[in-house]
Amino acid sequence: MNPATQAPVIEARGLARTFAEKGRVIEAVRGVDLTVHQGEIFGFLGPNGAGKSTTINMLCTLLSPSGGSARVAGHDVLAEPHQVRQHIGLVFQDPSLDERLTARENMVFHAMLYGVPRTERDRRIPELLEMVSLTPRADSLVRTFSGGMKRRLEIARGLLHRPVLLFLDEPTLGLDPQTRRLIWDYVLRLKADHGLSIFLTTHYMEEAEHCDRIAVMDEGRIIALDTPAALKAGVGLDRVQLGTLEPDALLAHLSRRHGLHAEATGNGISLQVKDGAAFLPRLLADLPVAVERVEVHRPTLEDVFLSLTGKTIRDDTPDHFANIKASARRGR
Amino acid sequence: MNQLSPSPESFRSSALRRNLMGIYTIWLRDVRRFVRDRPRIIGSLIQPTLFLLILGTGLGTSLGNNGMGAGMGGMSRLLTEHGNSRAAYMAFIFPGILAMTILFTSAFSAISVIWDREVGFLREVLVAPVSRWAVTFGKVLGGATVSLGQGCVMLLLAPVAGVPLTPLMVLTLVPVMFLVAFSTTAMGLAAAARMRSMQGFTVIMNFVVLPIFFLSGAMFPLKGLPTWMTVLVHVDPLTYGVDALRWVTMGVAERPIALDLCVIAGFGLVMGALAVWSFSVRE
Repeated sequence: MNPATQAPVIEARGLARTFAEKGRVIEAVRGVDLTVHQGEIFGFLGPNGAGKSTTINMLCTLLSPSGGSARVAGHDVLAEPHQVRQHIGLVFQDPSLDERLTARENMVFHAMLYGVPRTERDRRIPELLEMVSLTPRADSLVRTFSGGMKRRLEIARGLLHRPVLLFLDEPTLGLDPQTRRLIWDYVLRLKADHGLSIFLTTHYMEEAEHCDRIAVMDEGRIIALDTPAALKAGVGLDRVQLGTLEPDALLAHLSRRHGLHAEATGNGISLQVKDGAAFLPRLLADLPVAVERVEVHRPTLEDVFLSLTGKTIRDDTPDHFANIKASARRGR
Repeated sequence: MNQLSPSPESFRSSALRRNLMGIYTIWLRDVRRFVRDRPRIIGSLIQPTLFLLILGTGLGTSLGNNGMGAGMGGMSRLLTEHGNSRAAYMAFIFPGILAMTILFTSAFSAISVIWDREVGFLREVLVAPVSRWAVTFGKVLGGATVSLGQGCVMLLLAPVAGVPLTPLMVLTLVPVMFLVAFSTTAMGLAAAARMRSMQGFTVIMNFVVLPIFFLSGAMFPLKGLPTWMTVLVHVDPLTYGVDALRWVTMGVAERPIALDLCVIAGFGLVMGALAVWSFSVRE
């Protein structure tokens, strides 16, 4: 393997970016520290305007930081932008394909721009098109493709020059559930088979669960960074609900035996515990009353997001779609 | 299909080789897209053809009726050669029509950058490990090649315009046309590099491209004009391009051919540098 891949694939220290707009200075990113390791799927969450895109643009050398530093794939984003670009793959939120060229031509164009030798190109392009199930459409113009096909083609193209790190900006936005699952299959397989690191943003919380670690960004800062499980553990307790005909006896038992306070609900009781899954067997071992029904609700990443930012992540989704549609219209 | 083939170390090539490959790649895409786009090829030939056939015939004929033609610049010799003012005028404007074809094609090639930005494709190019000067140079070469191609197709109308083309003339015309194509494409790119909307570009084109065309002497001889217009005519880079093209097809020019070529080339270099600079500024 390339020696550059032994070090962290992303190392950002105090990364900051300001924009001047109508005489005011807007701090889009206010000092971001993060480290992404090789073979890691790193999720980047945050409401719109949190500074995610600005951060990604700085990491992939499209935008220069106004403060701090970042090394990506072992190279400094300011001093060695070409080396950084050579080692990263990018899949943007909006398609960046040439719709008047065929799928294969888009791939060839990319391979030539990244200096992939012809023999390698001839071998990799069919392989990758096969991987994303586009072989039958390889020679069709991209303008005839559906949104999902375009996204798959972009993922294949992003891998063509063998990057050590793949940036996926909202890789499944606006796609149907089946295509979303398909794309996640590719992503997880890339990690498993090739040790590829993946840096992604997503609006779908159930997708964020696939990540090894998640950074939550709000107002230009990373306000939380941990594994999904740890983030959820930090946000609150599991809620356990028990259905019973004798709630009073159960409440007394919980208080006496486990020192827990529970509340009576319509047809049972409800209580909060640290680890519901581990607590239940202990509880059920010596129950004095008959229990008809047991439910455990674990906090979701949605809850994590809400408690950290005070916003639900989908607040801005309609806007988002409107933007995409607007740009698609302008493109016509 | 789980196993991807391994990446050999020979993968990384030198920076210069990579940039040259980048230029070639970007050039190839523009040319390939153009060749594939038949409606665009035909569409962009209609306007100059109309100018030549309708305006040329109409104006040429009326010049004759009013007995004005003989007084106009290089027209007197053409008039004796062609016998009537209509034929003389057509031969006179033919190089201007070539310049027009090139100017308009080049300007619209530059639009493709804005288009690429809107549909997102420009990002694919700008994040590639290719220097911005190479990206710009590839775009200029691509646009210039397409313009030159259109110009060459217009040469087919030479017999209609009464301009007898010899193989030597064609051989001389091609580099001159390419020079004009290169400079005008560089100008269009310099204007388009920072633009975000197609509408803005259209406005610029109307306020820049049309005056450049009108003032270049493509349609009328630049003799006895009011001072303000003479000044503008001399500032117009296309004036020198039209003059150079006229030098090839008619054998006469207002200025030394070397001066014409130097001015166009110089203009192209300045515009090219401006375009490179505009694309290079990382925000």
